[in-house]
Amino acid sequence: MSEKLLMKGNEALGEAALQAGCQLYFAYPITPQSELPEYLSRRMPELGRVFLQAESEIAAINMVYGAAGAGARVMTSSSSPGISLKQEGLSYIAAAQLPCVIVNMSRGGPGLGSIQPAQSDYLQATKGGGHGDYHLIVLAPASAQEIVDLTILAFDLADQYRTPVMIMGDGLLGQMMEPVLFPDRTNVELPEKPWATTGRKGDRPKNIIHSLELQSERLEAHNQKLQEKYADIAATQKRSDEYLTEDADVVLVAFGTVARICRSAIDMAREKGIKAGLFRPISLWPFPDEALARLAEKERVFLSVEMNCGQMVDDIKLAVDCRRPVHFFGRVGGIVPSPEEVLAEIEKIMAGRCDA
Amino acid sequence: MQHEFIFAGFGGQGVLLMGQLLAHTAMDEGKRVSWIPSYGPEMRGGTANCTVIVSDREIGSPVVSRPSCVVAMNLPSLDKFEETVKPNGVLVINSSLVTREPKRQDVTVVKVPATQVANELGNARVANMVALGAVIEATGVVTPDGLMKALKKNLPPHRQNLLPLNREAIEKGRKTAQE
Repeated sequence: MSEKLLMKGNEALGEAALQAGCQLYFAYPITPQSELPEYLSRRMPELGRVFLQAESEIAAINMVYGAAGAGARVMTSSSSPGISLKQEGLSYIAAAQLPCVIVNMSRGGPGLGSIQPAQSDYLQATKGGGHGDYHLIVLAPASAQEIVDLTILAFDLADQYRTPVMIMGDGLLGQMMEPVLFPDRTNVELPEKPWATTGRKGDRPKNIIHSLELQSERLEAHNQKLQEKYADIAATQKRSDEYLTEDADVVLVAFGTVARICRSAIDMAREKGIKAGLFRPISLWPFPDEALARLAEKERVFLSVEMNCGQMVDDIKLAVDCRRPVHFFGRVGGIVPSPEEVLAEIEKIMAGRCDA
Repeated sequence: MQHEFIFAGFGGQGVLLMGQLLAHTAMDEGKRVSWIPSYGPEMRGGTANCTVIVSDREIGSPVVSRPSCVVAMNLPSLDKFEETVKPNGVLVINSSLVTREPKRQDVTVVKVPATQVANELGNARVANMVALGAVIEATGVVTPDGLMKALKKNLPPHRQNLLPLNREAIEKGRKTAQE
């Protein structure tokens, strides 16, 4: 373990990527994640690795496509509007089954929106975003330390499943400084990549990476293979965390920054004698529906708190199979809800004045 | 025990740095900490503030609407944040630049002529350290010794010559708060 360092989330993410063995980084600057390219622009040349500020987000994601195809650990990052531009490339990368890490420190939308924190890219991240039947693994950290841990995990999962993995943060997580520890990563063996286009020396068949398949039967078979992979990921890679859910009458469901705010609101509610708890999805895809379903076995209500207009509510309703009421409270436009606002919502629900 | 601070002033007064130095100190003293800046389309001479939380337990929301301590380095900051201080909290005011009396009667008010003291020390830029000295004296959030150590650790090598000046600024700030 390293010495404890006080770092911004964006910088901690950059350092974690380096320690995970990220060899190349391609991106185009955008607030509120620009400290990440800034940090890597300094550190990657020191380590003899590639930092490249591309001419656009679209160029950056296609550079990622190429580098991932050659078998390198590679990352790109952006914020909401820039992530939209990358969607075509993400679809191609998912189709070609290439491992890479994409960071979205999301901001208020739609359109150019604002530079303040938001979570309004939930649906884009978890339901596709680009065209075709594919998924990203989406991980949502809630602290600087978790940014470090999940970034390293993201690279490992990407290689394990040959799939793009997204780190879904928000402007506040990127800008916030918190203490972080970097795990000891010496002697980590990276997986073999026999499929990579590393240059054939006559000793193996050609490796060809592409996403075009004009023969329908073969494309269907490829899709089925992808779906089997996604089923495998869904069966093994659901992650979540809980806080005081055991006896909770109202379970808040929130991820990232908002989960932190909910935690404070829950402490305030408990002081007032209201039994509130928190369910925090860490993997947004696959959504941790089984853990949430277990909570729904007991008579209780759910409250989704998000910095968007309710994009996660459907996933929660599906998980609890509509057996329990699911309420929603959200702020948008770059406004971060306060613990007091969330507490007021909890009190309103508990007073039975709010219909689901 | 949890302390929540909002440091506010105009861009260039070093309010973000004050908060960072406090967070570094508290972290080195074994506390949980978080620091967030107000960020937005900022410009030089505009307002700047940051929120620092120092706690014995895991920090929930890094955003606070009712801080236990507000440090107002100029008048617009006092106008904006005076009302937010928790009852029985601490309000530290840079009395060199704040011309009015605070309205709050239910908080401990610490007036520090930070800019004036810094000027007397020969460098207006250490006004933030004068105020920080007053903050740690008034709240006891970290030890003076810990702050001095963090200062030394976090000053870059080519700025280590400014250590005595900053130390003196912090000491003067502490003394003001004792009075």
